[in-house]
Amino acid sequence: MLKIKDLRASVEGKQILNGLNLEVKPGEVHAIMGPNGAGKSTLANVLSGNDKYDIIGGSVDFGGNDLLDLSPENRSREGLFLSFQYPVEIPGVSMVNFLKTAVNEHRKYRNLPPLKAGDFLKMMREKKELVHIDSTLTNRSVNEGFSGGEKKKNEIFQMAMLQPKLSILDETDSGLDIDALRIVANGVNALKSKDNATIVVTHYQRLLDYIVPDYVHILYKGRIVKTAGKELALELEEKGYDWIKEEMGE
Amino acid sequence: MSDKNALNNATLALQALYLEKKGAIIDNAPDFLNEKRDAALDSFLVQGVPSKKVENYKYTNLVEVFDRQWDVVASKDDANIDVEEVFQCDVPDLDTFTILMVNGWYYPKNDLTALPEGVTVCSLQEAFAHHKDLVEEVYCRYTDHTKDPVLSLNGMFAQDGLFVHVAKNVILERPLQIINLMNGDSDRMCSQRNVVLLEQGSQAKIAVCDHTLSNQAFVFNNMTEVLVKENASLDVYNVQNQNNQTINLSGLNIEQQSNSNVLTHAVVLHGGVIRNNLTINLNGENANASMYGISVADQEQHVDNFTTIYHSKPHCVSNQVYKNVMSGNSEGVFTGCIHVLPYAEKTAAFQQNNSLLLTETAQMNTKPQLIIDNDDVKCSHGATVGQIDEEALFYLRSRGIGEHEARLMMIFAFAHDVLSNLRIEPLRDRIDQLLERRLRGEDSPCDSCAIECNS
Repeated sequence: MLKIKDLRASVEGKQILNGLNLEVKPGEVHAIMGPNGAGKSTLANVLSGNDKYDIIGGSVDFGGNDLLDLSPENRSREGLFLSFQYPVEIPGVSMVNFLKTAVNEHRKYRNLPPLKAGDFLKMMREKKELVHIDSTLTNRSVNEGFSGGEKKKNEIFQMAMLQPKLSILDETDSGLDIDALRIVANGVNALKSKDNATIVVTHYQRLLDYIVPDYVHILYKGRIVKTAGKELALELEEKGYDWIKEEMGE
Repeated sequence: MSDKNALNNATLALQALYLEKKGAIIDNAPDFLNEKRDAALDSFLVQGVPSKKVENYKYTNLVEVFDRQWDVVASKDDANIDVEEVFQCDVPDLDTFTILMVNGWYYPKNDLTALPEGVTVCSLQEAFAHHKDLVEEVYCRYTDHTKDPVLSLNGMFAQDGLFVHVAKNVILERPLQIINLMNGDSDRMCSQRNVVLLEQGSQAKIAVCDHTLSNQAFVFNNMTEVLVKENASLDVYNVQNQNNQTINLSGLNIEQQSNSNVLTHAVVLHGGVIRNNLTINLNGENANASMYGISVADQEQHVDNFTTIYHSKPHCVSNQVYKNVMSGNSEGVFTGCIHVLPYAEKTAAFQQNNSLLLTETAQMNTKPQLIIDNDDVKCSHGATVGQIDEEALFYLRSRGIGEHEARLMMIFAFAHDVLSNLRIEPLRDRIDQLLERRLRGEDSPCDSCAIECNS
């Protein structure tokens, strides 16, 4: 589904990704962990097409497409979803209008007619329950005045609405209390199927108690330096990241 | 400018035009207007067509506008067209009393027999004949021709206009819709003078739509004087949607008495050079004025909103929100002066101007001005000029929304919130729609017009 080869990227002239390789298959959950500054968020942003980041080299194949050649909107329409670490507030753009436009643009891409208003509202109602999102939130502007937890729930709600093939959760656990964390994780687990995949980008092991990964990768200095099963996350939690640095000869 | 030897060519051209047409102008206008014409000329010559050196017209170059030959058709026949054939208002569900004005003249076929008792709407000429006392209460009482050359020009050339009177405690439920049409087979200057008088405790809503029916260049000099008496309430919504050769010089001068309430809304969609002079004098305690504006401009359009609010009495509230969406080579101007006079304690005055610049060549000049001669007041002003938030744009795109659509969503969101204050719902929906089509570039200035002379 996703094949990243030797990916190198920079932001504001500073190279962050230094030849990253990763392969994700349908039905898998991958966790990417690493210390601050390792390039976790850069990877998430590069994959979703944020043009603040410059690609220096390497390739990314997503379901047979050259991902790096697609616009952010077409990456989304092809089935990629990024749950933002810091979801953006957009005053004046209503949640309903935003979601309806997004869902229908996805449908248009697949040559489907726009959803009827009734069907759309029904879909929204169903997906809202999945993340226990407060009904009044969807009557407001996108993320405007939402609490930290509400913003993250809103990301998973959007994920449920768009039904992506590959979801990248960028530090979705940051700023969440334990109840919100559980709700968000349950939402992600409920959306899991044999056809889609998830990349969980996180600093802490906490979220992985709820979203159990098949693989844990350690990202360090812009490269994946270690890959193992879920037990690697526990080891990291216990020892911190310093032993990685030592192992890397520093 | 007071040195007559230094009169610029634009001033001389207008003086010549006035002297040439004076006979016809006077023959076709009531004495009451004629009596003040020469004085208006004098004050015009003292001021001249303002160059960019005149502070109040620093950003709107009227010398450029008037430095050419303009024509004036001083005859009422100018309004003699079959308007029904060429113009239909297509605002659905907007149940209004419709009044057409053509080139500054009251359209003779307006049918207002259904107006409720206590509401008078007629031509200014007729008002001088039948309601002279009422007109005199307002006409030239609160406006000073010596203060503004555009106003002087109106005094020189205007021959007709609209008169609206709402009697004491009469509440006019259905809005009045005034449609100002410009029409002709040659370029011309049209002047119009309106008088609105709301008696104590009365209420009215007026929607004003400015259109052009033909593709010529017009100067539309439209001056409205309003007196809103105690406890009365008035809404004025002005949609400006004229062809892009047209120069719209619009003056709205409102005098408010105690406990009165006024809401104004200026929606600019199309027009070449637009200058809106809005002056409100809060001249009675507890008066309240809300002023809103949304301007969308592109190409070579020029839009200048110039507001002056006098807080003359205590306990008054004024609130201004003006927004601009500028693209192409368009130029926007906002100048907002709040003047709190001595003794006007407990004044609350707020002003805000926010602009989006969508192209590198679009311009916005914004100038808030606060003159406060009292210690016990609450005043604030704010201005922002900026671009679309790129992070928000990326967020929308990352959800599959195309870049163009995402941009429009954000621009529309920016522009839309000003409209939420509009108190006629069908009109609000219609303006919303017009605005969206304008932003999508799908409209024409003649959108609500049956003939498509300027698509």
